[in-house]
Amino acid sequence: MSVTEMFSYIQGFLSADQDVREDIRKVVQTLEQTAREILTVLQSVHQPTGFKEIPSKCTKARELFCTVRTQLSELKTKFPVEQYYRFHEHWRFVLQRLTFLAAFVVYLESETLVTREDAAQILGIEVVREKGFHLDIEDYLAGILIMASELSRLAVNSVTAGDYTRPIRISNFINELDSGFRLLNLKNDPLRKRYDGLKYDVKKIEEVVYDLSIRGLAKEAETEANK
Amino acid sequence: MNKREGEGSSSKKAVSDANVNVSSPIIAAFKVFQQELDTKHDKYERLVKISRDITIESKRTIFLLHRVTSVPDVEGILSEADVKLDLVRQKIGLIADELRGEDIYQFHRAFTPGIQEYVEAVSFQHFIRHRSLISLEEINARLVFMRAEKENVKVPVEAAPGGTHVLTFQVTPSDYLLGVADLTGELMRLCISSVGNGDIDTPFQLSQFLRQIHDGFSYIGNTGPYEVSKKLHTLRQSLGKVEDACYTLRVRGSEIPKHMLADVFTSRNTIMDPEEGVV
Repeated sequence: MSVTEMFSYIQGFLSADQDVREDIRKVVQTLEQTAREILTVLQSVHQPTGFKEIPSKCTKARELFCTVRTQLSELKTKFPVEQYYRFHEHWRFVLQRLTFLAAFVVYLESETLVTREDAAQILGIEVVREKGFHLDIEDYLAGILIMASELSRLAVNSVTAGDYTRPIRISNFINELDSGFRLLNLKNDPLRKRYDGLKYDVKKIEEVVYDLSIRGLAKEAETEANK
Repeated sequence: MNKREGEGSSSKKAVSDANVNVSSPIIAAFKVFQQELDTKHDKYERLVKISRDITIESKRTIFLLHRVTSVPDVEGILSEADVKLDLVRQKIGLIADELRGEDIYQFHRAFTPGIQEYVEAVSFQHFIRHRSLISLEEINARLVFMRAEKENVKVPVEAAPGGTHVLTFQVTPSDYLLGVADLTGELMRLCISSVGNGDIDTPFQLSQFLRQIHDGFSYIGNTGPYEVSKKLHTLRQSLGKVEDACYTLRVRGSEIPKHMLADVFTSRNTIMDPEEGVV
């Protein structure tokens, strides 16, 4: 094989590769659009009036996740399944956002941490690599960490809206999450960087709880709830 | 960074661990994640280590091959390089073992430097022996390993008769491309050292070969991976050095006494004519 032939063979390979990436990019763009829509729906829970509407917002978000599922199944058709990690970078960001949104919905509904299986199910994808397009563990964890900072914001806003018990529940939840993350041996990678931010979220929520308890607002709310 | 975090969490740990139920579903889930992440990181580290060994051995092979300019026994060096490259291939076999049933692109970053270095070494040897560019298929054809039968073997493995499995390792086209780009640097060194040894045949062959590779890279341009455009710059420099060397040889050649010059010209005319237009 001559040098020229060899290079035109490689060139053929590279342009085919670029076509695939182009296709993926298009689908990922539509996914990002949907993710933004879901985020807009969920953002309204921070409004004082939004607290009462949490269940309806969640149903609305769940409906939008149907679109996500169809878009993700379209993405699956764009490349061979065993080359997931070759193109991973293209959808990594959006998949983390979507995991965050799924986790946030689940938290608002039931105040529990979404499992990796449930998150994958909401997105209509697999958990284990062997079965096809899956939710990478690091992306799942990154999504959870995004949710943690969203919850610390929610704690502040729920006090403003007059809900004094929610911050305490959030605090317990985040603390548990924090001790969970402390079990992990993270390398010096993007996930680790993001995890380093978790302690500030923990701190912020602890301050909110402190403010409530020093003013007796936490107890007041508790007795009110008991009545 | 580590230190700061250690300070931050040690005091808090006692507090939060006290009011966290250790057997809660969250903690249980994270214990599973811990295992999964650790397994993945361990595999990655093993691959990095193998890749480093491959890099070292390949570099040594390249150094060995550079000795061909000063030694009469070229064949001896080439076969010694063959032995060394066989060792490297065994190491690549270890990578193939690790990647059995995995997505090779998940760990690609761990071993790509080693593979590029191997491509460089093997293509360098191929050039010295055959004066041509080794193709990607030829490289991949040598990276087939026989393994004794094991259970749970998956994707890259095809069943073969006799209780063994064929395990293959595929060099990706971009690794090949980057390896070839590195090769040009070695060829430039080979050119300069052969001039030093009074060999005026090799530099002209090399400049022609390098020009072909340069044209190939220009053809690919920026469709390739990001690193290619960086290497293209170095490639231009190498090519410039080789072309300068040929130019000097040519100019010096005209100073050689007439009866010897005729001798030089008859053997080099065809290669040198296109040369003049460029330099």
